[in-house]
Amino acid sequence: MLDTQVIQSRRGGFTRRKFIKGVIAAGATASAAGYLFRESGMLAPMLSAQGAVERLVTLTVNGQQRRVDVPKHETLAMTLRYQLGLTGTKLGCDRAECGACTVLLDGTTHYGCSILTHSVLGREVTTIEGLESDGELHPVQQAVIDEGGFQCAFCAPGFTMSMVGMLSKNPSPSREEAAELLAGNLCRCGDYDKILNTAMRAAELSRSRA
Amino acid sequence: MAENVIGTDISPPDLRAKITGRARYAEDFRAEGMVFAKLLLSPMPHARVRSVDTSRAEAMEGVLGILRASELPQQEQGIGEAALTDEPKYEGEPILAVAAVDETTAAAAVEAIRVDFEQLPFVLDPLESLREGGPDARLDGNVGGRGEATTLKWPNSVFDEAGPDRLPMGEPATEWTIGDVDAAFDEAAVIVEETIVHQSVTHHPMEPRSCMAYWQNGKLFLHGSTQSTERTRGSVARMAGVEADDVVFIGEYCGGGFGSKISGVPSMAVPAVLSRKIGRPVMLRITRYEENYIGRARAGFQGWARIGFRGDGRMTALDLYIVQDGGPYGRASDFSTAGTVATAIYQPENMRFQGVPVYTNTPPRSAQRAPGGAQIVAMLEPLVDKAARELGVDRLEIRKINAPGHDGWLGPNQGPFTSAYVREALDLGGELFGWEEKSQLSGQRNGTKVTGVGMGLSPFTAGSTGRDGLLVIRPDGKLYVHQGIGNLGTHSIADTARPAADVLDLAWDDVVIVWGDTSKHLPFSTVQAGSQTTHAHTRANHAAATALVGLLQELAASELGGSPGDYRVSEGRVFRAGNRAAGLSFAQAAERAMAMGGRFSGEVVPEDLNDATKAAVAGLAGEGLIAAARDNYPQAGAVFTWVATFAQIELDVETGEVEIVDLASSTDCGTVMHPRSLAGQTNGGVFQGIGMAKSQRWVFDPKWGIPFTKRFYTARPPGILDVPLSPRFAAVNEPDPHTPVGAKGIGEPPVGAGEAAYACAVADAMGGLCLCRTPLTSDMILAELEGRPRPYGLLDTHV
Repeated sequence: MLDTQVIQSRRGGFTRRKFIKGVIAAGATASAAGYLFRESGMLAPMLSAQGAVERLVTLTVNGQQRRVDVPKHETLAMTLRYQLGLTGTKLGCDRAECGACTVLLDGTTHYGCSILTHSVLGREVTTIEGLESDGELHPVQQAVIDEGGFQCAFCAPGFTMSMVGMLSKNPSPSREEAAELLAGNLCRCGDYDKILNTAMRAAELSRSRA
Repeated sequence: MAENVIGTDISPPDLRAKITGRARYAEDFRAEGMVFAKLLLSPMPHARVRSVDTSRAEAMEGVLGILRASELPQQEQGIGEAALTDEPKYEGEPILAVAAVDETTAAAAVEAIRVDFEQLPFVLDPLESLREGGPDARLDGNVGGRGEATTLKWPNSVFDEAGPDRLPMGEPATEWTIGDVDAAFDEAAVIVEETIVHQSVTHHPMEPRSCMAYWQNGKLFLHGSTQSTERTRGSVARMAGVEADDVVFIGEYCGGGFGSKISGVPSMAVPAVLSRKIGRPVMLRITRYEENYIGRARAGFQGWARIGFRGDGRMTALDLYIVQDGGPYGRASDFSTAGTVATAIYQPENMRFQGVPVYTNTPPRSAQRAPGGAQIVAMLEPLVDKAARELGVDRLEIRKINAPGHDGWLGPNQGPFTSAYVREALDLGGELFGWEEKSQLSGQRNGTKVTGVGMGLSPFTAGSTGRDGLLVIRPDGKLYVHQGIGNLGTHSIADTARPAADVLDLAWDDVVIVWGDTSKHLPFSTVQAGSQTTHAHTRANHAAATALVGLLQELAASELGGSPGDYRVSEGRVFRAGNRAAGLSFAQAAERAMAMGGRFSGEVVPEDLNDATKAAVAGLAGEGLIAAARDNYPQAGAVFTWVATFAQIELDVETGEVEIVDLASSTDCGTVMHPRSLAGQTNGGVFQGIGMAKSQRWVFDPKWGIPFTKRFYTARPPGILDVPLSPRFAAVNEPDPHTPVGAKGIGEPPVGAGEAAYACAVADAMGGLCLCRTPLTSDMILAELEGRPRPYGLLDTHV
């Protein structure tokens, strides 16, 4: 399995080296990389030249086993959005610059646009749709409601997933620590003040529910 | 009494959908048989398509159709822009589109198409185009006119006289004067004069302008991302070449627009027309890379300002010249708005404004949050600081001296404002920030860091009148507020419904907002631009709710006897004054209205409603007690909001890096509708302004006319670590007397306030040295601090 662990640094730096290595290993051509699943078979000769590839895979998404036909070069965000109907994971940039596609892999945040679906087999994928349990909002979601967070909210699913990941690592972050841990997500509306209020409230709610 | 909802914090009713993933934005919709389109983008900044060979693409398995510019319905020609073109006027302009069963195939087909281009002259710098013999961005001229391009060239002498560091100022396209500027300069105690440059900035909302369309029974269904809803339908209809009645526009959520998605965007024509051509639903997924090209941008300025002051700090003369970089289409009015906005900051006793909007072969411009306002505020405020230092007047004080009061005036016609609590906002912000103490910290050095303190005052238009409200009480007893406005993220979709709840004295839980789909019978609205919405639609819904109270009273009187005036409306009932039991519940009133018909249930409507509202009411007639009303409340004067922002920064003299230590903003935006959202809007706008002042830029290859700054990482908007952890905010909260609810808009003015506060604070940290340009990147600051020659010319753009 490819190791596509992503690394975030204080200033939101992000390495895609391993992702790109993964794409190359999967044999996707430059012209096709980043685009959608294929139906036409137009590139079939090209792909078959890469060697036999099992496309029918089983993913564990939000606690469910999902069988899905995935080309090797397809990203997780594309599989979630276009094959599994999980459109809560947003595509803001396709290139690991904005974090709108953030999902959890085994509880750790990853950019869905920058990880290949074939590399997450056997791992637990959690998306924004998987946070509620029995109709009850996750503490982070409840915190958003309590604080009236987000404006256009296109970044909200990504930020929400980052907050869930953050709290599992640090249940009581300071405002400053929260900002650092959420620096991989971009909000063009600039609603950062309310986002940090939400993070603080989410930590409080998580602790009281625990 | 139901709790008054105006002025309290609520959780927006659509928020749960937004944070559970159930909110569907344009790219989240699917349709049976949906296929994908990709665009072929021009590789050149200006060219003519001689021929196109699509044979290889058409032979590919899975390719379903190709759309050329000539197949789009002919809209107004001239300076307008179409979704596709055979004469691309900027690198990245879409030339054709391919539909295929999947996006990979569509992209491969685009690459298999051969286009023969004839290169045409191009220009990136407006001043180059104004030179004799200089290139024009368009074949029909280089300067924006009314509906057509004109040609304007300045003699070489104009450029020679100005030299390399001063704006050449030849014949302007627009000019106006108040008083006698030259005489006022003769008597001025202090005069400051600078050449100024403001960059162009791409909007880059988080959601790119993806769009999905299909046709059913001759009707176009289009899922798009726009700021407005009711007002988008007409522009979609024009793009598709059909009547508005044959368009259903669905836009329940919009992932940000900031002026780039006001009421439809040109690229929507591609899925609209292509889906009809191939008989399949078409999704046009716009990537961030494409958004950089077609996603709109703020117009850039090259300008010059000369400002004269009396000894007491009063601005007696303002002479302003602006050359606008307006991209290749339309007529961005930023430059002329800038002149008007300047009057709303300083009320100069004498003023001259001159400007020229020049076309360039760079991505198209549109309004961007405070178009023209943000640029001029950020350019002039540091100059006022410079004068204040020379005059020995406090920088907050000089703004108070010049700010308009209620007797203030706006623009060349010097018309009145509806209200102007500007000095109150300045005092409030100064106190919140601690200006008196903090301004003493100017220049204080701590290791490698120098403290700078600055402020900016930013006005912008904030309202309009004459829109319609549409309310329905259904037999379930709830109040349905039909909103023609869009859900662009400002929370105004909910907040403008609050006056209806308050007039009816109804609990907020009993209010249902209907929005986001033109088949849901939406009334005529303003476009969601120019910060009009809160003002315009609190008025419209107030008018409709007042009409609804009248209908409820009439209904009760006819049912229970007495005269309408004997009845009160409160907490979901209409009842005889003093006796809650003697009356009807809203549910009963709705049933009664349906039985009575006529003007109670929408069969008869007021004559002065807009046709769109009449059609909406006709679609609802008979479904409950229906009130629709036009906003006929009188108003005299321009509706303006002011924001003041105060910033404390630390400039690292070894790296040129700037950190914002503290930030506080205050506003006069009339009555506060929703405190938490208001603070969010203000802080967000301030941050957007800081992004422009600090880092967001365009850089082009001058030889080929191709941009280098195409993605977030090369022109990054502020992230969470670029702004202070806890910005502070306060509002004057005095109602505007010319509107029943008292509320004015807030969207636009914070941008200029944040940008100016940052620019002034950086100048302050540099001992008052104004670079007079944005963005103030670290390398520019460092070159100044170290006394190295500037790595750019004073008038250079895209650096």
